[in-house]
Amino acid sequence: MNDGVVLALAALEGFYGESQILHGVDLAIGRGEIVTLVGRNGAGKTTTLRAIMGILRRRRGSARVMGAETIAWPPEKIARLGIGYVPEERGIFASLNVTENLLLPPRLKPGGMSLDEIYALFPNLRERATSGGSRLSGGEQQMLAIARVLRTGADFLVLDEPTEGLAPVIVAQIGVALDAIRQRGLTVLLVEQNFRFAARVSDRHYVMETGKIVDMIPRSEIEAKMTRLEAYLGV
Amino acid sequence: MSLNALFGQLLLGLINGSFYAMLSLGLSIIFGLLGIVNIAQGAFYMLGAFAAWILLHHFGVGYWPALILAPLAVGIIGIVIERTIIRRIYQLDHLYGLLLTLGIFQVMQGLFVYWYGTAGLSYPYPGVLSSGHNIGFMYLPNYRAWVVVASLAICFGTWYAIERTRLGAYLRAATENPTLVRAFGINVPLLVTAAFGGGVALAGLAGVLAAPIYQVNPLMGGNIIITVFAVVVIGGLGSILGSIVTGLSLGLIEGLSKVFYPEASSMVIFAMMIVVLMVKPAGLFGTER
Repeated sequence: MNDGVVLALAALEGFYGESQILHGVDLAIGRGEIVTLVGRNGAGKTTTLRAIMGILRRRRGSARVMGAETIAWPPEKIARLGIGYVPEERGIFASLNVTENLLLPPRLKPGGMSLDEIYALFPNLRERATSGGSRLSGGEQQMLAIARVLRTGADFLVLDEPTEGLAPVIVAQIGVALDAIRQRGLTVLLVEQNFRFAARVSDRHYVMETGKIVDMIPRSEIEAKMTRLEAYLGV
Repeated sequence: MSLNALFGQLLLGLINGSFYAMLSLGLSIIFGLLGIVNIAQGAFYMLGAFAAWILLHHFGVGYWPALILAPLAVGIIGIVIERTIIRRIYQLDHLYGLLLTLGIFQVMQGLFVYWYGTAGLSYPYPGVLSSGHNIGFMYLPNYRAWVVVASLAICFGTWYAIERTRLGAYLRAATENPTLVRAFGINVPLLVTAAFGGGVALAGLAGVLAAPIYQVNPLMGGNIIITVFAVVVIGGLGSILGSIVTGLSLGLIEGLSKVFYPEASSMVIFAMMIVVLMVKPAGLFGTER
């Protein structure tokens, strides 16, 4: 049984070739939580997400998703537990148009958003329905990448820097989408460099340094621990 | 020159073009998804023709069932080869795939030369298609008309499956970013195996269609695959539409040159390949990678 724990990493190690990137990551996320992974560049945040998804081949330790030990599973099997992954590079397929991109990921669970709900959240996508995937702006690509996994019924979203390089008005729109995601009771693990954005949407923040979790700061303690957090992030 | 001869050569060109199109189609699918330049495609074409011949002579199974059974057998053999041999070199450069499949091609061809010699075996026309019609300006053998219609239907069906269906969208997406497609919960390794099986089954099907026209000969794959590679280079490696259009039109061009300047007919396709490589290296329908 998973006791409401959606993700539990214990002593998770990860390697690119011979070099070890993750040196024993421990973290846990409960159902309905929005949790951010913060840390400097190269701390291993994106690698942690890739390890959770099984995209990082060489990994050791324990990664339990909804109670199931997935450390030896291939990515497609892990995803079928109900994870929606939005990679840092967004991964919009250039040879598919917007609608094809949107409809590509198979349904994983019942209860995904309908196309109308998605278009209500991201009106731009309706206007661009027949555009090629490579014709979109960065903001539209990000909206499409998020919209794509909302349709599948995934109840655990893994988002890698959803606001990176986007104009403030688009960041605000992504924020609204995250509010809607929270209202639906989905669980989210977010990597985010934009700390103001992270502070607004997240319940808790895990701080990563050199491939390990070094601190955990709940929303209620952010104000008090701001100086410490800034030291971690080097701002 | 008579109009009869002109249309005769055009029909021959269209037939050859149909085979170019079907074979390069399989090559494009396999290259797109696996990154393997599959020289062995020629051997699978030969295997399809032999499967039909073996079915007929050893099991009394005729042309129409063979049209289903032979490609099925070729597809299964292809899947076994993909799983056991080709899978091991995906992470290497394209050149290794080309060399490996060249080896597989030579071994398969060598085995059939050893078993059946190079004289060629004849395969009869299926009964209902053995005659022909005079359609005014030329005599049209029924079987040749059938081959053109069947291969056009196969090409269109394949194009439709890849460009217009959900499975095809998976294939196109996996061609671009297999890792992400897996992270959506799709079993890409299985998809890759299926695409390889489908791609070589297409060659096997072309082999069955070819059996009554050309003789069933262990060298038939080697003879056609060189031309098919030129077709694929001209159309653009990996382009589905490019394979079909280029295959058919180069067959016609080859046929026309046989009418007007026969001496050039064996090199016209390769001359075009050289020009295309110089002007648009990605091919007429290809995109730069």
